[in-house]
Amino acid sequence: MAHDGTASPTGTTNTELVRIATSEHRLARYGLIATALTFVGLFLVLPLAAVFTEALRNGPGEFLTVLSDPETFAAIKLTLLVAGIAVPLNLVFGIAAAWAIAKFEFKGKAFLTTLIDLPFSVSPVISGLVFVLLFGSHSLLGPWLQSHGIQILFAVPGIVLATVFVTFPFVARELIPLMQEQGTSDEEAALSLGASGWQTFWHVTLPNIKWGLLYGVLLCNARAMGEFGAVSVVSGHIRGLTNTMPLQVEILYNEYNFVAAFAVATLLALLALVTLVLKSLLEMKYSAQIAASRRH
Amino acid sequence: MTARTASLWQIRQPSVIPGFGLALGVTLSWLTLIILIPLSGLVWRSSALGWATFWELATDQRTVNALRISFGTAFLAALINVFFGVVLAWVLVRYRFPGKRVIDAMVDLPFALPTAVAGIALTTLYAPNGWIGSLLTPLGIKIAFTPLGIVFALVFVGLPFVVRTVQPIMEEIDKEVEEAAATLGANRLQTIRRVLLPGLAPAVLTGFALAFARGVGEYGSVIFIAGNLPYVSEIAPLLIVIRLEEFAYPAATAIAAVMLVISFAMLLIINMIQAWSRRRYGYGA
Repeated sequence: MAHDGTASPTGTTNTELVRIATSEHRLARYGLIATALTFVGLFLVLPLAAVFTEALRNGPGEFLTVLSDPETFAAIKLTLLVAGIAVPLNLVFGIAAAWAIAKFEFKGKAFLTTLIDLPFSVSPVISGLVFVLLFGSHSLLGPWLQSHGIQILFAVPGIVLATVFVTFPFVARELIPLMQEQGTSDEEAALSLGASGWQTFWHVTLPNIKWGLLYGVLLCNARAMGEFGAVSVVSGHIRGLTNTMPLQVEILYNEYNFVAAFAVATLLALLALVTLVLKSLLEMKYSAQIAASRRH
Repeated sequence: MTARTASLWQIRQPSVIPGFGLALGVTLSWLTLIILIPLSGLVWRSSALGWATFWELATDQRTVNALRISFGTAFLAALINVFFGVVLAWVLVRYRFPGKRVIDAMVDLPFALPTAVAGIALTTLYAPNGWIGSLLTPLGIKIAFTPLGIVFALVFVGLPFVVRTVQPIMEEIDKEVEEAAATLGANRLQTIRRVLLPGLAPAVLTGFALAFARGVGEYGSVIFIAGNLPYVSEIAPLLIVIRLEEFAYPAATAIAAVMLVISFAMLLIINMIQAWSRRRYGYGA
């Protein structure tokens, strides 16, 4: 159909008729927008607003006092330490997995991809439980670990393991579709010009995937710092020692120390906001270099 | 023995790209160490219980109720998310209004906000003396500390799954299909119901499945708002934690095994439905 603007008997042009026929009535449109905005307001905006309001309920002075508590400080340090170990580990794994899956054709590839996604369909509590069953005092490894003085559960190694488990797929998932889309011709060109494997990776592949990689790391980090269920099971909740920030929020909240709980929560909410802003910026500026599945 | 027979036995097709062995080696060892060994430990421990013990633990009334609450509330929350998620995706894809960019970015908040923070924030809002709860209390509606509170938390957690799976497919819809329907005499509602929605079905189903799977396992955001009354508002992941704290490892293992089996079975069924509807409607998620 040619949208040529020829006037119809009623005086409307064809273009307008098409527009009218393929869009909703104005009232329906407003209704849908209002529904969507109310929903977003009730479920997304208000909870975020509540965190900041409750934290500043007694003024900024108390907010800062609460945050300078040594236990809170220890929780912040532990969270940074755990994310600082877990994210780089999954970064290396993600690149390796994406290299194998995206650049080669081999048997069992689809199955391997499914296995990588597995942690997403496992409850965080179960992700913690599996490590308790593996390293607990009643397990096969437990007595041996105990006799050698190795502490995994209720200590930093257990928290790191549980965090690595739940954040396992993030980087790989981001890189696999992206690298599949980019194909292998760039690498083949570099190799045929005499570059070594590592040179090809550093100078050809890595620049191609850097924004997608950053995107994956961003999401991985947000989850690593915010993980609650899995970490809660393996941490043992030892104050000042094995409490991460989300666990500290829980403890303070359960002690009815609401201002302190929400004060720690604001730090995590700020982390979430920074993550969202960076993520949107990456999507806006480098949409072509981020996995196809994320583009919109 | 010719090259042809050899290729049948080859694990991968030949390629000039180096590093396959190293990359696959790192991937498989890391996967085995972090995911496969711990998970098979769970399988091994639950099979070591023996069928009779396992069945007794899995059919314990408190366990059955907890599982029913987890799966029921997750199902309901995923349904609510399908409705509002599709409306939200539609509004974001088709309409222009002030603040659209911010709303679009906000949709991912549940992915980025730690669940414990979401939990205490939602409780503050929907508790009987909370911002919204205090408005509902005179009407006799109680959200926090009831199963309804669990549904609210799971709606929050699952929303981005539906929006983010439906949105890209909606963007791909060819406007000409709608024009054709309109030319053939369909009114707008008919076009949406008969032409647009069936094409979106696989994506909607995928979003539903992801939101549902996430909701079943969710812990952090739920425990604050649920009230955690045994038999009434106690979710299965919380019961696992309680059993662990009682050192009742067999019971915790049994609940976890049941949850895993049901979740995987549901994902499998939904994958099959999706494959079927992709064959029928052409484009899928």
